[in-house]
Amino acid sequence: MPAPEQLRIIFKHIDEPGYTNDIGCYLRNGGYEVLKKAVARKPEELIDEVKKSGLRGRGGAGFPCGVKWGLVDRKSGKPIYLIVNADESEPGTFKDRYIMHQDPHQLIESTMISCFANNVKQAYIYIRGEMPHGARILEKAIAEARAANFVGPNILGTGYSCEIFVHRGAGAYICGEETGLIESLEGKRANPRIKPPYFPAVLGLYQCPTIVNNVETLCHVKYIAEHGGAEYAKIGTPGNTGTRIFCVSGHVQRPGYYEFPAGTITMGQLLNEVCGGPLPGRKFKAVIPGGSSAKILRFGERFKGKRKVGTELVDYDWGVEDVPMDFDSLGMIGTMGGSGGVIVMDDTVNMVEALANINAFYSHESCGQCTPCREGSLWMKKITSRMVHGQARNEDAALLKSVADQIPGRTICAFGEACSWPTQSFIAKFGDEFKQYPETKKTAKPADAVALV
Amino acid sequence: MNLKPETLSKIDEVITHYPTKRSATLPLLHLIQEDVGHLPPDTSEWVAAKLELQPINVLEVITFYPMFRQKPIGRRHIKVCRTLSCALLGGYKTCATFEQEFHTHLGEVSPDGEVTVDFVECLASCGTAPVVMIDDELHEKVDCAKAKQLSDQIKAEAQKR
Ligand SMILES: Cc1cc2nc3c(=O)[nH]c(=O)nc-3n(C[C@H](O)[C@H](O)[C@H](O)COP(=O)(O)O)c2cc1C
Ligand code: SF4
Ligand code: FES
Repeated sequence: MPAPEQLRIIFKHIDEPGYTNDIGCYLRNGGYEVLKKAVARKPEELIDEVKKSGLRGRGGAGFPCGVKWGLVDRKSGKPIYLIVNADESEPGTFKDRYIMHQDPHQLIESTMISCFANNVKQAYIYIRGEMPHGARILEKAIAEARAANFVGPNILGTGYSCEIFVHRGAGAYICGEETGLIESLEGKRANPRIKPPYFPAVLGLYQCPTIVNNVETLCHVKYIAEHGGAEYAKIGTPGNTGTRIFCVSGHVQRPGYYEFPAGTITMGQLLNEVCGGPLPGRKFKAVIPGGSSAKILRFGERFKGKRKVGTELVDYDWGVEDVPMDFDSLGMIGTMGGSGGVIVMDDTVNMVEALANINAFYSHESCGQCTPCREGSLWMKKITSRMVHGQARNEDAALLKSVADQIPGRTICAFGEACSWPTQSFIAKFGDEFKQYPETKKTAKPADAVALV
Repeated sequence: MNLKPETLSKIDEVITHYPTKRSATLPLLHLIQEDVGHLPPDTSEWVAAKLELQPINVLEVITFYPMFRQKPIGRRHIKVCRTLSCALLGGYKTCATFEQEFHTHLGEVSPDGEVTVDFVECLASCGTAPVVMIDDELHEKVDCAKAKQLSDQIKAEAQKR
């Protein structure tokens, strides 16, 4: 089956020749019309549209956005904050970058609609420190929007006021985790908070109810406010509505970002047709489908079971190429859609070395609060880098697995899972390669081999 | 602390963005680092006084976040992405090229004082790997040839000074 057509609703103007990131260009393209209509409606209506839309968060967990908004404590009398999670730091993910750099007003308008719907008077955009231009572009866009009365006091004469400020991170991945982000925004180390009791919806920023949403998620809200939740839910498949942006990197002919109706494209269509297949003379070996924490898939493995189609249970028997790229299907085969970052590895890659690269990332980024995560991520790194640079032992695979197995479920935040899943899945899927590694090392590498660690 | 008047006025402005002064810790550290080039030894004391905190509250932030540095670096900061997608397309070789071109090692100031080369983690531009940031600018698809070309540019600019 040929791949479906791209449907660009969020990336509509990305890379469009002549499209610039100033408000003039945005207004010429119909910008801020949705906000004008939204502020004339009842906030509850807007929340209802988002609930009807089935929109799921695009930051990683796929949590339903309408449900999240429904959990916000509105009775406490405290102010409600909205934080735009623009930390984009999950390896393999590169979509929010383009929205912020090329179409910042889309994000500002979407943020204002979401603030109005939730009676938020103060929003912060937490952008990762490594995007200094992005921060300046957003600041300029906010200033332009304020001058046009779309942000700030008494927006469009409605009596509703809301400010947005940009807050820059400083190079720590854990600031993407929402409670770590909140700590960081409060001026502290980004040590995630324990839940319960610190659910952001109740005890978030400054111990006030707080909504944290990813950049892309909020952009979908603008589309929903414009076209209605029911109309949005017609895009994609039930349970996986709207469009999904895939960021493909690694060993394919055409890496890049591609937006499709959710659940309509398979891994094989995405990698072979859309991305042009493997590099000349190579074969696909493995793929990580949803950011580097997602469990790896091995080309050639098969997934069997029963799944729901409508109300019926039907059998499925998929190879990696056949898997539909939606949250539920990827979840069913033991991995996740996560942030949409698809990292592809071909047959030139040694899996021990690839894991050593990933482990170095997680041990560098653990915030260090929980012993299993701090020590476990460090030991997984030490073992894999010793295997590559020092002596590899036959028992290393079992040792790695035992370290990884002791982390998940024993930590404050989901980083514990995120750092153990790569090791667990690499060993489960490529255990043979780990066992052979002491032998593999005895044969000289080709001169053009790439170092991964 | 000897800060430019523009920096001081930006500091006063940014504090107003938050209901608690402590929230301005990261913005202040960024502003000081942009002005001075690094965070000098009296930073914790100075920021703490400004934000009504204890110096340790600031020091623990400085030491947590990789972007903050307590020592001077070379005139230009070359940050090569180390993470998987970039490594798969030769990021380690790109990094080695910069080190060779400037006769330096990771994290050190090159002998001519011109650059510091560092590895950093995923820069969210994995589709154009390998990527490198030089100061505030992102450079995409930096293979060894392009790394050499960027190094030559930096050297040429240094010659003109
Ligand atoms: C270790 C870790 C890192 C994360 N990094 C990011 C990130 O960079 N960007 C992001 O939007 N969400 C990230 N998240 C998810 C956030 O915690 C949060 O779920 C998300 O911002 C919610 O927004 P959404 O519902 O719109 O997806 C991360 C989560 C974890 C556990
Ligand atoms: S799991 Fe890791 S990153 Fe998360 S709070 Fe614990 S130590 Fe920090
Ligand atoms: S891995 Fe280098 S930019 Fe993401």
